[in-house]
Amino acid sequence: MATAKLKGVLFNPIFNNNPIALQILGICSALAITTTLENTVTMCLAVIFVLTFSNFFVSLIRSHIPTNVRIIVQMTIITSLVIVVDQVLQAYAYEISRQLSVFVGLIITNCIILGRAEAYAMNNSPVASAVDGFGNALGYSIVLLFVGASRELFGSGTLAGIEILRPVAEGGWYEPNGMMLLPPSAFLLIGGFIWLLRAWKPEQIEETPFRIAPNSRPARAY
Amino acid sequence: MASRDSIANTLRVSFMVCLVCAIVVSTAAVSLREAQQQNRLQFRQTNILQVAGIYEPGMDLSAAFERVERRFVEFESGNYVDMPDDYDPVRAARDPEMGRTLERDPAGIRRQPKVGEVFLVRDEADEVSRIILPVHGYGLWSTMYGFLALEPDANTVAGISFYEHGETPGLGGDIEKPRWQQLWEGKRLYDEDGEVAIRVVKGAVPEDAPNREHRVDGLTGATITSEGVSQLVRFWVGERAFGPYLDRVRKENQPDGNSDG
Amino acid sequence: MFEEYLNLFIRAVFVENMALAFFLGMCTFLAISKKVQTSLGLGIAVIVVLTITVPVNNLILHNLLDEGSLAWTGIPALEVMDLRFLGLLCYIGVIAALVQILEMTLDRYVPALYNALGIFLPLITVNCAILGASLFMVERHYDFGESVVFGFGAGFGWALAIVLLAAIREKLKYSDIPAPLQGLGITFIIVGLMSLGFMSFAGVQL
Repeated sequence: MATAKLKGVLFNPIFNNNPIALQILGICSALAITTTLENTVTMCLAVIFVLTFSNFFVSLIRSHIPTNVRIIVQMTIITSLVIVVDQVLQAYAYEISRQLSVFVGLIITNCIILGRAEAYAMNNSPVASAVDGFGNALGYSIVLLFVGASRELFGSGTLAGIEILRPVAEGGWYEPNGMMLLPPSAFLLIGGFIWLLRAWKPEQIEETPFRIAPNSRPARAY
Repeated sequence: MASRDSIANTLRVSFMVCLVCAIVVSTAAVSLREAQQQNRLQFRQTNILQVAGIYEPGMDLSAAFERVERRFVEFESGNYVDMPDDYDPVRAARDPEMGRTLERDPAGIRRQPKVGEVFLVRDEADEVSRIILPVHGYGLWSTMYGFLALEPDANTVAGISFYEHGETPGLGGDIEKPRWQQLWEGKRLYDEDGEVAIRVVKGAVPEDAPNREHRVDGLTGATITSEGVSQLVRFWVGERAFGPYLDRVRKENQPDGNSDG
Repeated sequence: MFEEYLNLFIRAVFVENMALAFFLGMCTFLAISKKVQTSLGLGIAVIVVLTITVPVNNLILHNLLDEGSLAWTGIPALEVMDLRFLGLLCYIGVIAALVQILEMTLDRYVPALYNALGIFLPLITVNCAILGASLFMVERHYDFGESVVFGFGAGFGWALAIVLLAAIREKLKYSDIPAPLQGLGITFIIVGLMSLGFMSFAGVQL
């Protein structure tokens, strides 16, 4: 019973309630650093770490946090975790940390993290919160990996640095699509991802705000 | 639960959270500092060795770097000066005492230090085999940082590399590709009158151009980045930067010069 | 001097647009851009907050955190301290606190503006454009004057982008869009196209 619930907590955010595709959370970093798979994977790991632990710690002290300063307390916990990630990256993955530059710091303002702390961790037990954090981070990672893999594959013909499509300039046949490496392509890819996801799960389709009525004049005229 | 929102509890929780977080953050920062500085140093050394053409993956960096000597050059006079070991030209440029604001600023760097650094690479015979100048300037999107390696004659380019930039990947970003950097090898910075003649042109250099040795092919689809590289190289080897220093090295190299070495 | 600031401003608004070139503040950008009216309110709030927080964080960096910046205390042990790793914590604290103070001040003295902006102000704390601008300020070594101009420019660019997007979305209501693309999907694609358009400003220098 309890494990079944945890399983739901873990897997729901991946496709059914995806933070990026449905909740509109945490998009900023999803776009800027997805030019290569390596950066994307690092970013995903960082977010998984921060989100799981921030949910866990917030939940751990949830009954002590005074309501009027709760946002700042949550922010402090998140920020500390992000600084730790940043410092570790600088120490052990210098090249990647240079490429991610300010975007590691911007994990702090990744709305998924504060959103989950506020919406889930403040009301649930530490273990469930950690699982929820992990699940949401996975949902986030799925979209990021999709975007990152497409951009690197079609933009430079490689995946994680390994050549898949040999570009023309190096004597191959593939003409790299430079636009894939430019920022706007990330938007187009996420738009496409949402399209695919919603075509597969039609219950996520948003209601049309304004529907053009069928041409009804002949019937109404009388 | 009423006491949870009391002022005393607010203060106590805030204080405890701050304390715990401060300890965690500081521990991480202090314990990892050494590794981070090591990384930064290695990254720089790797880049210098790469542009000097003596880098091999997996080599012992600090041993290889013993052949590299770091010297400081006063731009105005072109003479070597002594500076403390931790002198940082980038920081000095921002200092009102040690840097100056550029009136004419083709490289888009705004401020320039009065003293810069050069790296002299020596070969087995202890002769200077490469002169390496750190250079930077503005391209299309970002400031590009790199190194320019010269032959001992202080005129022929031995290599160029960029280790930090934010140019468009696939277009201007190709400044970091060896394919383009190789085009620089053997080009000459100055003409016979000692004027800066090197330039990146738009498109390919024509086969029969009279000044081929001073011209480098531009990057396709990246006119502004190419022009940025052109301007920054011209600035840094020009009279307001390393020009006087390179001039002095060239004169000393001439066999009929009255320099004693 | 003036020219330099103008150049920086134009760059911050068009070339290095926070929303369309760096994708910062995307969550609110996409969520609250259905109506021009509300997005204008949010845009103004972002301009105000950015114009204040970037310079304040600049002062904090140069007077408290940077290596050697504690020299004014006269205590030798503090003079060599490099506290830059605390930067993130300080910046986000300043932003959260300033937003709160701004909210209370507006409520007390300019209720009309407070009512217009009120609901958006708390959202701004987690808007990455705000923290992002402070981090860019650090990375690019802006001095105080530049950080004022940059803060204002970055805010202005962000506001411009969200108002433009809202205007497009208002018209888009009447279009016949494939059902799975309805709403968020098409918005992403529009933002992508807008961002392509803004790329043509690259390299503009005054």
